Amino acid sequence: MTPPAIISITPVLASLVSLLAVIPIILLGGRANLREGASFVAGIVKFGLIASMLPTIMAGSTIEYTLWEIVPNLAIAFRVDALGMIFGLVASSLWIITTLYSIGYMRGLKEHAQTRFFSYFSVSLAATIGVAFSANLFTLFLFYEMLSLATYPLVTHHQDKEARSGGRTYLTYLLTASILFVLPSLIYIFIKTGGGLDFVAGGFLEGHVGGTEALVLLILLTFGFAKAGIMPLHSWLPAAMVAPTPVSALLHAVAVVKVGVFCILRVYSGVFGIEFLSDLNLGTIVTWIAAFTVVVSSLIALTQDNLKRRLAFSTIGQLSYIVLGMALLTPKGVTGSMMHIAMHAWGKITLFFCAGAIFQATGKKYISEMVGIGKRMPVTMAAFFIGSLSVIGIPLAGGFWSKLYLLWGTVEDGRFTMLVVLLTSSLLNAAYFFPIAFRAFFCKPEDSRFEAKVEEAHPCAVVALSLTAVVTMLLFIYPEPFFALADTATQHLMNR
Amino acid sequence: MELLEAIVDGMNYWIFIILMMIGLYAMITKNNLVKKLIGMSIFQTAILLFYISLGVKEGATIPILPHYYAHTSQEEQGNLVGSSDQAHAGKEASSATEGGKEKPSVAHAGSPKIDPNRFTNPLPHVLMLTAIVVGVSTLGVALSITQKLYTEFGTIEENEILDQLKSGDD
Amino acid sequence: MIDQAPAIVLLAPFLTAVLVVLVGMKYERACFPLVVLGLCCSAAAAVQTLLQVIEAGTLRYSMGGWPPPFGIEFRIDGLNALVALTVSTVALISAVYSKNRVPEENGDKISIYYTLLLLVVTWLLGMVMTGDAFNLYVLLEVSALTSYALIAMGTRRATVAAFKYAIMGTIGASFYLLGVGYLYIKTGSLNMFDIHEVLVAENLHQSTTVLVAFILITVGVWIKMAFFPLHAWLPNSYAFAPTTTSCLLGPLVTKVMVYVMIRMMLTVFDPLYTYLQLNWGNIVVWMAVIAILAGSLAALAQTDLRRMLAFLIVAEVGYMVGGVWLANTAGLVGAIYHLIADVFMTLCVFLFAGIVFAKTGKRDITATHGLFAKMPLTMAGLVVGALSLIGIPPTAGFFSKWYLIQGGMAAGHWGYVTALLISSLAMAVLFFRVFEYAFFGVKPAEGHGDHHPSGKGKFSEASASMLLPLLGTASLVLLIGIFNQSIVSIITDFVGQFNLTGSIMR
Repeated sequence: MTPPAIISITPVLASLVSLLAVIPIILLGGRANLREGASFVAGIVKFGLIASMLPTIMAGSTIEYTLWEIVPNLAIAFRVDALGMIFGLVASSLWIITTLYSIGYMRGLKEHAQTRFFSYFSVSLAATIGVAFSANLFTLFLFYEMLSLATYPLVTHHQDKEARSGGRTYLTYLLTASILFVLPSLIYIFIKTGGGLDFVAGGFLEGHVGGTEALVLLILLTFGFAKAGIMPLHSWLPAAMVAPTPVSALLHAVAVVKVGVFCILRVYSGVFGIEFLSDLNLGTIVTWIAAFTVVVSSLIALTQDNLKRRLAFSTIGQLSYIVLGMALLTPKGVTGSMMHIAMHAWGKITLFFCAGAIFQATGKKYISEMVGIGKRMPVTMAAFFIGSLSVIGIPLAGGFWSKLYLLWGTVEDGRFTMLVVLLTSSLLNAAYFFPIAFRAFFCKPEDSRFEAKVEEAHPCAVVALSLTAVVTMLLFIYPEPFFALADTATQHLMNR
Repeated sequence: MELLEAIVDGMNYWIFIILMMIGLYAMITKNNLVKKLIGMSIFQTAILLFYISLGVKEGATIPILPHYYAHTSQEEQGNLVGSSDQAHAGKEASSATEGGKEKPSVAHAGSPKIDPNRFTNPLPHVLMLTAIVVGVSTLGVALSITQKLYTEFGTIEENEILDQLKSGDD
Repeated sequence: MIDQAPAIVLLAPFLTAVLVVLVGMKYERACFPLVVLGLCCSAAAAVQTLLQVIEAGTLRYSMGGWPPPFGIEFRIDGLNALVALTVSTVALISAVYSKNRVPEENGDKISIYYTLLLLVVTWLLGMVMTGDAFNLYVLLEVSALTSYALIAMGTRRATVAAFKYAIMGTIGASFYLLGVGYLYIKTGSLNMFDIHEVLVAENLHQSTTVLVAFILITVGVWIKMAFFPLHAWLPNSYAFAPTTTSCLLGPLVTKVMVYVMIRMMLTVFDPLYTYLQLNWGNIVVWMAVIAILAGSLAALAQTDLRRMLAFLIVAEVGYMVGGVWLANTAGLVGAIYHLIADVFMTLCVFLFAGIVFAKTGKRDITATHGLFAKMPLTMAGLVVGALSLIGIPPTAGFFSKWYLIQGGMAAGHWGYVTALLISSLAMAVLFFRVFEYAFFGVKPAEGHGDHHPSGKGKFSEASASMLLPLLGTASLVLLIGIFNQSIVSIITDFVGQFNLTGSIMR
């Protein structure tokens, strides 16, 4: 059943291109336009490389490349399949837009050390794509750690006290979890299977470990990839919001957090295997953990006044949607969870862009200060509205489709509790997003904190956020590429 | 009685252990640095003694072959002896009986017929010569460090030195 | 000439030492190039030896042409050759590093300092290569002697530490000597391989004398390698010694003693004896667990940069002792690989500490204030070393942990595995504390954007003679990690001859 694999170096290049981009970025450090030009070129080349692999993947094939056997039986190897493709496409396309946005944001605020900022941004993207295209658990772990470390200077960009404590929390959670939980599980699996860590569509653990061991490994790996923000290992995400907004947008709505859930998806599907998990009935435990996170994070989000923190808690909830969908272990649920990676990414990045644009234009961070802001920044707030539609899962935005599939997945399995959880959470999402947009546009003139004069953020930023908002809507009309990929991936995973 | 015999039999071991303990005690508990070094010397000497006593055999003589032994007749040759055999003999030191010192039963060193029981084992001696040299130089270095400490702290009492370190930074 | 490579490894630094004394009396400036030249020869010969060993298997070399067991024999297998190469490389790197440091810290004793440095390298190399148990004792003592002198050249704290080291070092060496004496009683030989043959042939493993010998030798070596709780001499000695001294001795001495322990356990006593018959593995590994945790926690409590690093050495010794006593192939391979990897990681961080001290004159961790902006290259070197100590791929430290944890899991020793992971985290905390000072400054600003320790055009890197060794070591750490297969295959060949249980994953 395994479709023929194609050997090609393209995935390696796709990851490497942004790593190499660091050199011109540093060399051109003095000249801002050229430096950002280099960033753009790298982003477009990267996207082009990934997109060039799309037809092959759509045809049901995979692309493989083994770079270097580093430990006996263990190689740094790349493999592109449909699941990795979804993630790779989302991350690389959003990088281009984020670069545009960063230019607007960083210049608008006259931030310091912009060269460092763009360099580490590139490195982070290299690591993200590396994770997406990893062929085995070891390569995945390597890029995962690389991402944790490369994002640290970005999170702590401001180099003030707040950044230091935020950075501490960030690394403490991520490194502790990965070293304490992931690394030993990795080695344990390595020993138990006699030296195999390569992802296989139907999993490879079956027959190597017993039920209890599988449960322990599952728990360790689920929490070990703390980037997924499953409670109680979620506190790093709000803490990381001290970062400049482009970082929060791309890394903490898309790349970093999605790397977390992507790792979990990969481990469930490629290491344990969906059938093995459902045989042992292990999915149920994970759905409960995820459901708890979904509800609690939404409730916390309601109470947050700082816009970026509210978005952070919303992200935590949405990430657990993805994990929950996977853990349902039904075809529709799995498809939905994969699609949600893409849909949520576009929606959430729009929201973050808006938050950043508001901060850059007005200096406001708190929701209570944003009453009437729609009069001043109509484009931004319109985009915000579209973004929130997508995250809530209301038609006219792409998020609708993925949520639909997730709900369908719960019904398919007769898990009505989970259905209720998802619906409740959607209501809560609406409860914490709509008032912001509503009060921005429709408030009594005397309550408004802003003059009715239109004054948007830096044009680069506005273009970027409008783009993502438009794409979010397009994804409602035309979810085809992601839908097709998710479908291919699901079939591949479920049928072996 | 058995206990007494055991003690008398292993007399050399008991003595070296007692000396070692004295040395160790001095090294650990003495406050004066020079006294510590004296302890160290005793400690090392105890080990020298131990090694030397390994090579001892009752009634044996120093392992120097007189010149005329080298020219004895070929018939008496045989029984090649290597140093490892000598050492095996060493542990059976007590079994050696008195040897006729005057009888020229020993041949040329290259192809000798040597009665190993008549000579003490030379190897421990050689080793201990080296060990003595090492010990002396250790003592020398340690003493010069002590001297340096005295010029820096004005005392060779350990507690006073530590007090000085605690109170002021270097 | 090429056949003599094992001898040249030793003789090159030794003869240079003599030369340095003589020439140094008149021309002090000639010392440094001579030292570097001598150590280059030694390193080249070590490479040659390693290649010969890889090609032709175990190498036997009789010093001065005297056949064993009468003469002193070098029997060089994969293990010695690797460790010897490591020692000579580290010596070379520290020698280059010392170019400005020695005139600055010990300006009046340049030639003496270099002579001692070369001698200590010679003795350490000798310990690695000799096949004679008594010869090893002599080298053990003289190398220690030389290091006492090298350490005592530092601040007055270092002098106190050197005295303590002298006392403890003598006790350790004397224990070892006694142990060899007991072995000699039983086997009548001092050649390590000969002793082993006699022990096996005459079935002496049941003898109490051999047991006593084993205990004495092990404890003696443990004292010398600063295995917790016998580590008291180490921290101050390396923290307050002259910069070059701690860069040279810090990484090497403990590791060479670990080598001696492995050599004694496997080659002299048989693995069947040390692992199966004695069956102490469990206890010793638990001791190692305590050493790892104690070392890491003590390091956390330090404010002096080099003292902190010194406690890391104590923890790392625990890694290796534990790995060796796990009694399976993965653990042993991990321990030996860690021995090599750790030498370079430790060297890397010590070189960094030396640079900080040279640039700021301070020993405190806070001296790293704002260094990311001022000395980005130096910090890059530290980051590699630190990540390796923490165990982040693809640095060498990750792979040594990889094998060690495999060994721990294969042996079912979960305490050891946990200790390794916890110590990784402790090191992460330690080094990120340094990174924070270097990145944020000692007192970061309250608000956003008003104060930034960075600034353009204020780079002030250390001189090339200090920076290049650091960067070189950092790249070695990476290379050893990336090419760990080739090193591990040499080690596996060495370990393979002992028929241990629990084969390594291939």
